Amino acid sequence: MSTSTTPETVTEVQPQTPWSTPRAAQAKSGTTLLLSALVAAVIVLFTGVAGVDGWAITFMGLSLVVALLRTAKTGSKERKDALMRVVITAAAVAAFTPWLSIFGSVLLKGWPGIRINFFTQDMRTTVPDDFLEYGGAIHAIVGSLLMVLIASAITLPLGILSGVYLTEVRGRLTFLVRFVVQSMSGVPSIVAGLFIYTTWVTATESFSAFAGALALAVLMLPTVARTAEEVLKLVPEDLRAAGYALGARQWRTAFMVVIPTVRSGLTTAAILGVARVIGETAPLLLTSLSNTALRFHPFDGPIASLPTYVFGYLQIGTEYAIARAWSGSLVLLVIVFILFTLARRFGGKDKR
Amino acid sequence: MTVIYNREDKIFRGVVTGGALTSLLVLGLIGLFLFMRGAQIFSDKGIQFITGTNWTAGSGDGVIPDDFSIGAMLVGTVVVSLIALVIAVPLAIGGALYLEFYAPRRIRGALATLLDLAASIPSLIFGLWGIQVFTSFGERWAILINNWLGWIPIFSVEFENFGRSPFIAGCVLGSLIVPITTSVAREVYSRTPRDLVDTCYALGGSKWGAIRSVVIPYGKSGVIGGAMLGLGRALGETVAVYLLLNLVFSYNFRILESEGGNVASLIATKFGEATEYELKALVAAGFVLFLLTLVVNMTATTIVQKSTPRA
Repeated sequence: MSTSTTPETVTEVQPQTPWSTPRAAQAKSGTTLLLSALVAAVIVLFTGVAGVDGWAITFMGLSLVVALLRTAKTGSKERKDALMRVVITAAAVAAFTPWLSIFGSVLLKGWPGIRINFFTQDMRTTVPDDFLEYGGAIHAIVGSLLMVLIASAITLPLGILSGVYLTEVRGRLTFLVRFVVQSMSGVPSIVAGLFIYTTWVTATESFSAFAGALALAVLMLPTVARTAEEVLKLVPEDLRAAGYALGARQWRTAFMVVIPTVRSGLTTAAILGVARVIGETAPLLLTSLSNTALRFHPFDGPIASLPTYVFGYLQIGTEYAIARAWSGSLVLLVIVFILFTLARRFGGKDKR
Repeated sequence: MTVIYNREDKIFRGVVTGGALTSLLVLGLIGLFLFMRGAQIFSDKGIQFITGTNWTAGSGDGVIPDDFSIGAMLVGTVVVSLIALVIAVPLAIGGALYLEFYAPRRIRGALATLLDLAASIPSLIFGLWGIQVFTSFGERWAILINNWLGWIPIFSVEFENFGRSPFIAGCVLGSLIVPITTSVAREVYSRTPRDLVDTCYALGGSKWGAIRSVVIPYGKSGVIGGAMLGLGRALGETVAVYLLLNLVFSYNFRILESEGGNVASLIATKFGEATEYELKALVAAGFVLFLLTLVVNMTATTIVQKSTPRA
C-alpha cells in the first residue's frame, strides 16, 4: 500500500471470493439437481422401482449420470472428482437419514401420548391397552431419575479422582489407568447387568433401584473419568505453579485451585455420563426389573424406569401399548437432548 | 529432579491413586465373578460350550438332560456385527469426508451437532425404530437381494419370511454404530496436515485426488480403530438385537433367513425364567462375551491411541 492513503480516500472494499462458485453455475447445478429429482420421481411413479428408498437410489444414479455427462469433455481426473463428490455426498446422506428418520418418527408417534396424565399418573390401575387418557409414566420417570442420581453420586467422585490422578498425580500407572478406562467403556451393558446380578442382587436377594444404579455406574464411570481428564487437562500449568508458589501443598492446589477452575467442565462430565446411561435397558432388565407403581425406595424391590417402560410396552404389542412405548421414547430422547444441550453450555464456559 | 512429598501429600496421592484404580478393580471383579459363577459350566461342558448349538433346559428329573452351549449365538453375534460393519464403515467414511471436505460451511455446524446427538440416541430407540419403521424397508430390500442374488448361498432362504433376519438387525446395528465410527474418522481426518492437502492442490490435484492420496492413507489406522470401537458396540448390543431378531439355536449363515440371535440377547431372553443351572450357563455366556468385547476394545483403543497422539 502506498503511504499516501488517507482516511478520506479509503473506500469500503467489498470482500472478494474469486474461488467460490459463481451464481450462474450455482443456479445451473441447482436446476440440474431439481430436474434429476423430478425425473427420479417420474421413474418411481411409472416403473417397478418403489418407495422413498427407490427414489433416493434412482436420484443418486441420475446424479452420477449427470456428473459423467458434464465432465465428458474433461480429463479423467475431473471425471473421477465429480463422480466421487456424488458418491461421498450420497454416503453422507445415507449415514444421516436413519437418525433424522428416528427423530421424526419418535416425535410423530410419541406426540399423541404426551398429555398431562402422562406426567402425573402411573400404570397401577391402568391396563396397557387402555386409552391414552388414562395412565402415565411418572413412575418410570421417577425411577430413572432416582437410579441415575445414585449412579452419579457413585461415579462422579471416582471419575474426578481418576482424572486428578491422570493430570495431577501423574504416577507410574498413568498409561494403565487410561487404557483400562478406555477398555471399560466397551463393556457390554448386559455384562454390567449380569455382574451386578451375580454380586449385589444375589447377595441382597432382591432386585432394587440401587442394584440398577450400580450397573449404570459401571457403564457411566469410563465416560465421566475420560471427560474429567479432558477438562482437567485444560487447566493452565501456571495456575498449579501459582498454587505451589504460594506454599500450598499438592492436595490443596488440586482441591482449591485446579478443581474449582474447571467446576463447570466437571459438571459436563457428569451430564455426559448421565446422558450415556439414561437410555440403557439391558442392565436394568437384570437388576431393577420393572414396576407399574410409583415408588421411591432405592433398596426395596423392583422399580420402573423409562427404558424398561418402553421395552415392556413394546413387547405387549397392542396399539395403545405401542403408543405408550413411543411416548416413553420421546420423553427419553428429550431428556437426553436437554442433557446434551446443558453439557454444551457448561462445556463452553471453561474454554477461555 | 526428585520431589519429596510430605505426609499430607502422600495421603492425597494414595487416595487419588486408589480412586483411579477403581476402574481396574471393577473390570477385574467383573471378569472374576462372571468366571467364578460360570466355572461349573466350563468344567461340565469344556470346549463344547462354545462350539455346540443346543440350548435345552432339562426336565429336572434327568429324563431330558440340561444342555447349554452358545456356538450358534456366537456365530450369530459375529454375523450380525459383520453385516453392521460392512454397512457402517463406508457410510461413516463418506459421512466423515463429507463433513470435513464437502459440506457447505453453513450446514457443517448443524450436521456436526446432529452427529453428536445421534451418538447419544439410546440403542433401545434404534430397536424400536428398527422394528416399527425400518423393517418394512428392510424386508423389501431383502426380497430384492434374494431375487437377484439368491444363487449365492448366504443370500438364499429356506422360508420366504424376510422379517426379523440378521440382515435387518445388521442394518439397524449398522446405523447404530455409524455415529461413533464417523466421529473417530472425522477426528483423524481433521488432523491431516493442512500443508500436505494444500501441496496436493498446488500440484494440480483435484479434491478427490487430495483425499485419496493424502487424507485416506493418513487416517487409515484411525478409521480402523473407529470401526473396531463400533464393532465392540455391535458385539455387545442387547435390546436392538433382541427386538429385531428371532432367537433360533442353529448355525445360520443365510443372512436373509429370519433366524439368528446373539449372546447378549440370549442372556436377556432366557434370564427371566432361567433355572439355577441355566443361570450359570448364562453367566458363562456373559463371561465369553465380556472377553470377546474386551479383546476387540483393547485392540481398538491401542490403534486409536497410536494414530491420534495426545496433545
